[in-house]
Amino acid sequence: MKKLISNKEIDVNEEGYLLDFNQWDKEVGESLASELGIEMTDKHWEVIKYLQDMHLKGEPLSIRGIKKSGVINIKEFYDLFPGGPLKKSTLIAGIPKPKSCI
Amino acid sequence: MKNLVILGAGTSGTMMANHLVSKLPKNDWKITIIDQYKTHYYQPGFLFLPFDIYTTKQVKKNGKKFIPKSVNYIQEKIDLILPKENKVKLEKGDVIDYDILIIATGTKIAPQETEGMAGPEWHKSIFDFYTYEGAKALRNKLREWEGGKMVVHITEMPIKCPVAPLEFAFLADSFFKNKGMRDKVDITFVTPLDGAFTKPKATKALHYLLEEKGIKEVTDFNIERVDYENKKIIDYADVEVDYDLLVTVPTNMGDALIERSGMGDDLNFVPTNKATLQTNNYENIFAIGDATNLPASKAGSVAHFEAEILTENILRYINGEPLKEEFDGHANCFIETGEGKALLIDFNYTHEPVEGTFPFPGVGPLSLLKESRINHMGKMAFRWIYWNMLIKGIHIPFVSATMTEKGKKFENVN
Repeated sequence: MKKLISNKEIDVNEEGYLLDFNQWDKEVGESLASELGIEMTDKHWEVIKYLQDMHLKGEPLSIRGIKKSGVINIKEFYDLFPGGPLKKSTLIAGIPKPKSCI
Repeated sequence: MKNLVILGAGTSGTMMANHLVSKLPKNDWKITIIDQYKTHYYQPGFLFLPFDIYTTKQVKKNGKKFIPKSVNYIQEKIDLILPKENKVKLEKGDVIDYDILIIATGTKIAPQETEGMAGPEWHKSIFDFYTYEGAKALRNKLREWEGGKMVVHITEMPIKCPVAPLEFAFLADSFFKNKGMRDKVDITFVTPLDGAFTKPKATKALHYLLEEKGIKEVTDFNIERVDYENKKIIDYADVEVDYDLLVTVPTNMGDALIERSGMGDDLNFVPTNKATLQTNNYENIFAIGDATNLPASKAGSVAHFEAEILTENILRYINGEPLKEEFDGHANCFIETGEGKALLIDFNYTHEPVEGTFPFPGVGPLSLLKESRINHMGKMAFRWIYWNMLIKGIHIPFVSATMTEKGKKFENVN
């Protein structure tokens, strides 16, 4: 489905995750973050960049991976993206929600 | 004479030995399989053991029975893989050369990864059911448990058989109902994911099961530690869940051998091509089943489908032909829902579980994504299929390695 994000038509799935990372830019990220009530800071963007790099390398994302990322520890990750940090940060980053089973 | 060596004689390794023994020319190839343990466990049975549905005898057999006689079977601990030298070192110092290596060392629980889990309360008020010892200890506990708060918990993904914890919760509901003590037990399902079911279609079709059985859900719970003295689990967001009996699925990790050999990722899983099953770093090393880092479910059914494709790719590799990029992540799982019913799901890397019939399009007899008694009978019959067909590498009729789209209600492909 299509969704208007920062005045651009973006393809998203039924949960709002971007289907094509090429459609992502910082403004789109900003707009998705504000929908989640998150105000982006430099630290937020550092984490987003890390997640995008990992995704482009084909590395699966996990809380454990965050622990070893060297970018942020898990407590800070929760502070930046309260609730489901991995779920929210990947949505803002324009990459798929980490895989699970059913 | 060339050497093909298989590490691990579990579900995947045993299947590969059986497949390859009839396919590789006997005069040119010697097949060796190495595993330190004598017992072959029927791991799906660990789900039933705690509830006295299966006996201990029904879930274990002597592994030797399932290894073909012409295969060299070494029962010893593996010390190291030396991938650059094409050698495997055994604990007592023997060195085995290989031309082709298949890694089938599986995954193990790692309760030591979570603070307070593997401490003094392990197998007293904190249990796993992913090991024979854990499932048996839990059975003994449940036989005498008088009720309270039961928490069924997943530590982190990926885990072997991702639906097993949910099945455990369903079977626990039935178990306590049958004992006439359901009102004394509070069952809570705690998951790091955003729901017991996480895909939209499965949630829509199956969420009623949790409501119907009165199972509470705590989602997005990433455990930081177990406070075993005060009997609670605590997550990184400081959410606490109290328990009297904690049934947890600890972190799953690949074998320590993979770490010792410097061949794994963060969780000791071997980076493997998801379509060909060749490892990413060494062209004469292949990996199968739970030992890989494939984004597929870690389950016997997945390993079964992988084995058919890996066998063909080994033959292609030997003949210098390009490998088939055929594995699609196909999984096919029965899900026990309690009270003699079960669901069946069929999915792969790209397709979510959907409704339909299996294995015959439009006919069944098994129905996908719907509870039925015949699905439960299928799950029970599967133990026989496992011991007599699956690990012996006998093709299961009408069930193909890649997923068929016929007879299924696909809406869109993601």
